[in-house]
Amino acid sequence: MAERGRGGSLTGTRIRERRNLVGMRQAELARRAGISASYLNLIEHNRRRIGGKLLLSLAEALGVEPSALSEGAEAALLAQLRQAAADRPEAGADLERIEEFVGRFPGWAQLVAQQGQRLGALQQAVEALTDRLTHDPHLAASLHEVLSTVTAIHASAEILVAEKELEPEWRDRFNRNIREDSARLAEGARRLVEELDEGETSEAAIASPQDQVEGFLSDHGFHFPALEGGAEDGAVEALLSTAGERLGSGAARLMARRVLDRYAREAAALPVSAVIEALPEGVVLDPAALGARFGVDAGRMMRRLATLPADRLAEKGQAPLGLVACDASGTLTFRKPLDRFPLPRFGAACPLWPLFQALSRPMMPIAGKIRLAGRSEGVFVTHAIAQPVGAPVANRDPTFEAHMLIQPGRAEDPVDLPRVGVTCRICPKADCRGRREPSIMAESGG
Amino acid sequence: MSKSVLVVEDEPNIIEAISFILSRDGWHVSSHSNGEDAVEAIRARAPDLVILDVMLPGRSGYDILRELRAGEGAGANLPVLMLTARGQTKDRALAEEIGASRFMSKPFSNAEVLEAVNALVAP
Repeated sequence: MAERGRGGSLTGTRIRERRNLVGMRQAELARRAGISASYLNLIEHNRRRIGGKLLLSLAEALGVEPSALSEGAEAALLAQLRQAAADRPEAGADLERIEEFVGRFPGWAQLVAQQGQRLGALQQAVEALTDRLTHDPHLAASLHEVLSTVTAIHASAEILVAEKELEPEWRDRFNRNIREDSARLAEGARRLVEELDEGETSEAAIASPQDQVEGFLSDHGFHFPALEGGAEDGAVEALLSTAGERLGSGAARLMARRVLDRYAREAAALPVSAVIEALPEGVVLDPAALGARFGVDAGRMMRRLATLPADRLAEKGQAPLGLVACDASGTLTFRKPLDRFPLPRFGAACPLWPLFQALSRPMMPIAGKIRLAGRSEGVFVTHAIAQPVGAPVANRDPTFEAHMLIQPGRAEDPVDLPRVGVTCRICPKADCRGRREPSIMAESGG
Repeated sequence: MSKSVLVVEDEPNIIEAISFILSRDGWHVSSHSNGEDAVEAIRARAPDLVILDVMLPGRSGYDILRELRAGEGAGANLPVLMLTARGQTKDRALAEEIGASRFMSKPFSNAEVLEAVNALVAP
């Protein structure tokens, strides 16, 4: 049977690998976990979903942390597949067997997930185009001009055809009008085509400016060596000029420039080596405390931590960090996902995220652990804070933005943590006070 | 005495063609090509019917019609034939909602204009 090629990251595959590693027979492991060998066989081939007590028993019998068995890099792929299933409920995709599908047909699963993503991007492109035809005043004016010119030609030509006895001076007049209008029509049509073309029809450009900026940042791993250690003049420009199609629209380039300018300022104030030096060895980071050491606020510290490269973080036994930011409306304005903590690309996030709690308690750092509802039930440590945007102005209420730093948890305390989701449609959590819309996922009993 | 029509349109050759066919049909035709002072022009000339383009320099035909319908006097009930370059349902609905007597999308034929005008005002 085709198994996952990349280090076996599905729960069943991991259990089997670990069992083989410690040289334990299937029957022995089954006995210790209190299940039948045939049931274990199904689990090991990803045909049964497990969690809770059985996962704990198997982990104990194999001498590993439960998280080592349950948390795989497949979370993002599974989330994409669930989203694809949610988008086409009529297809009747069997969500109960989603892991078996990923385990047995990894290539096909990737294909379905990619097609789903592409469909989403194309849908967005269509919406952007429709929106443009409806709301772009330049385009509307050009279309109106072309149609008006066509109307004038049409009306004049009809008169010339219908009026057999037309006086010569009228005939000459309408002929002249048609000639003039034809020239204008040619020019108007050319301009219209130019406006429609204008390099704005490429798919990259149709993605929202935020998507383009995040795609650009992601291409660089959210880290820019050229902006570290006192960036030279023109370094931001040089980076932007290499982005090409990635930043296909003017709005995306403007937003990317702001992000990179801020990156350069924060990199100068918080050099990589100094920050790495200050990190605690292998334990949870506290961005507020770290920020205090450098004399910067927690939000700024979080942004800086999220730009640190994985190899430098590894020096202190730290895993890569995720970051998400939102404005006062709750709209996500920045997304750096983790493999096991996918962030919603379309639609709104889970309202239970500490990110949003922070908005209702401005200036107070909110630290805690959460469990991500779903297959892996991964544990994450989050630090969130809402802070005013810009400097205070007398007698003016501040506008807030919130940041949330996401660190992989260590699963040492996996019970009784608040369970949050990614986004409602693909979240299995039952009886959720934050639910906006029904989920396509049934709560897993396993 | 012939009935009068005021064509509020910024495209001179459309004005010329419409003027020609309506004049031949016995109408007295005048024109106005700016949106900004169109309401004043309509009130001052008090035509029997107005042909009103939606996209005019200075002010949209929708705004002009709204003001006409909101005011006292002849403008409130004046037959207005609206011309637009977009035949979308929502444009038609908007024109009807604010009180257009009839709606026509460009490009239209001369016969259509003639038919519409004569249907709105008996010559």
